[in-house]
Amino acid sequence: MIDPGFFLEIIPKLLAGLPLTLQLCTLSVLFGFVLALALALAQQGDSPFVLWPIRTFVSVFRGTPLLVQIFLIYYGLGQFRPNLQAIGLWWMFREPYWCAIIALTLNTAAYGSEILRGAIRNVPRGLSEASLALGLTRLQTLRLVILPLALRQALPAYSNEIILIVKGTSLASIITLTEVTGIAQELIAQTYRAMEVFIAAGAIYLLLNFLIVRALELLEVKLTPYRQR
Amino acid sequence: MFEKIHLLGFGAGGWGAALLGAAAITLILSALGFALGAVFGGLAAAGRLSSARIPRVLAKAYGTIFRGVPDLLTIYLFYYGGSVALTSLARLFGAQGFVGLPTFATGVVTIGFISGAYQSEVYRGAYLAIDKGQFDAAKALALTRLQMLRLVIVPQLLRHAIPGLGNVWQLVLKDSALISVIGLVELMRQTQIGAGSTREPFLFYFAAAALYFVIAGVTDLFFSRAEANASRGLAHR
Repeated sequence: MIDPGFFLEIIPKLLAGLPLTLQLCTLSVLFGFVLALALALAQQGDSPFVLWPIRTFVSVFRGTPLLVQIFLIYYGLGQFRPNLQAIGLWWMFREPYWCAIIALTLNTAAYGSEILRGAIRNVPRGLSEASLALGLTRLQTLRLVILPLALRQALPAYSNEIILIVKGTSLASIITLTEVTGIAQELIAQTYRAMEVFIAAGAIYLLLNFLIVRALELLEVKLTPYRQR
Repeated sequence: MFEKIHLLGFGAGGWGAALLGAAAITLILSALGFALGAVFGGLAAAGRLSSARIPRVLAKAYGTIFRGVPDLLTIYLFYYGGSVALTSLARLFGAQGFVGLPTFATGVVTIGFISGAYQSEVYRGAYLAIDKGQFDAAKALALTRLQMLRLVIVPQLLRHAIPGLGNVWQLVLKDSALISVIGLVELMRQTQIGAGSTREPFLFYFAAAALYFVIAGVTDLFFSRAEANASRGLAHR
């Protein structure tokens, strides 16, 4: 029943979509991390004018489906073409590629900022008091004491978030981007061999996830030398 | 754009009733998928905790695969795979052409299968969190295995599981939007139809986002109450 010839035929076709999957994932995770960190730091203060908009952004992007977010940005904002052209952003919102990256970035920033916010809050207060007492500036305290500890602690939870983004890139296929899932769907529609295509495409995603998890585990080990025996 | 808000109303040419009806389909689809997922998840958790090797390996593979592969891919597997099986079955009885699966049932089964993979982790964790003394105490009271499960283990398991189940429910609700790709007219699909025929995509997707947000928020309250109910009599930490 399993036909090796068919697998040899479809695997290269599916792999042709991998660069796009990787691009969507890498760019969204990078942009999303920067935004998440900014949002998490902004929430350390207690000004309601800062907190309220951020809390709203976070709960909206966590409480609605990613697909709706992608459609709202791609189809919804497309309605404002003249306005976007006027401010010179139309080139971006015209492309499904950038719309997918914007949606994934905002989505992962919302989840990621919650992870980082918790990690920053969990850094013992005494450490930042100690470093201020040593005469470090607030920025130095943040850069040399709080962030290294917080980021290290956030790493396992953040690796889950990255896996969710890898899975999320598959939705880009719905707005015409032919990444791995998009190609899988075309292959299934052409050959009606859903099981084989699922196994081949699924194996690509599982392998990708495995490599990401392993890489971040190695990073964690590297960042916590004192815990190794 | 918002001068077109009457398009979301309930008067002539308003899509309000259609969207609310579709939101109800989303809610029913998610609830049934979640319930079916509890069955799959319970079985898989039992497999993971079993002392026999084969159920352990199978349950582990199920969890790893369906939590690691994009849900969209799983949906295509169930819809196209199921349709092909149904078509060849129909051929046996002399039917011709392609037979598509009923989309609602396919949606429920697919969501059940995916959420079962997540729920199994929640149940397994909850079971392992039960104090070992509870099992010994139940045996000391001469409870039968079934009594022990029903009176001692399951109530405590639920207490540990409810927060995790609440997270899985939120996931299920958002995943249900993906079922729109196989043509089921739930909230996402109905929104696409409305956006297409009125040419007001921003208004419609904004309304859909708001409806999903409200459903997520209201059902979250339900889980919070269930959690409070399951942990009554416990000291608050």
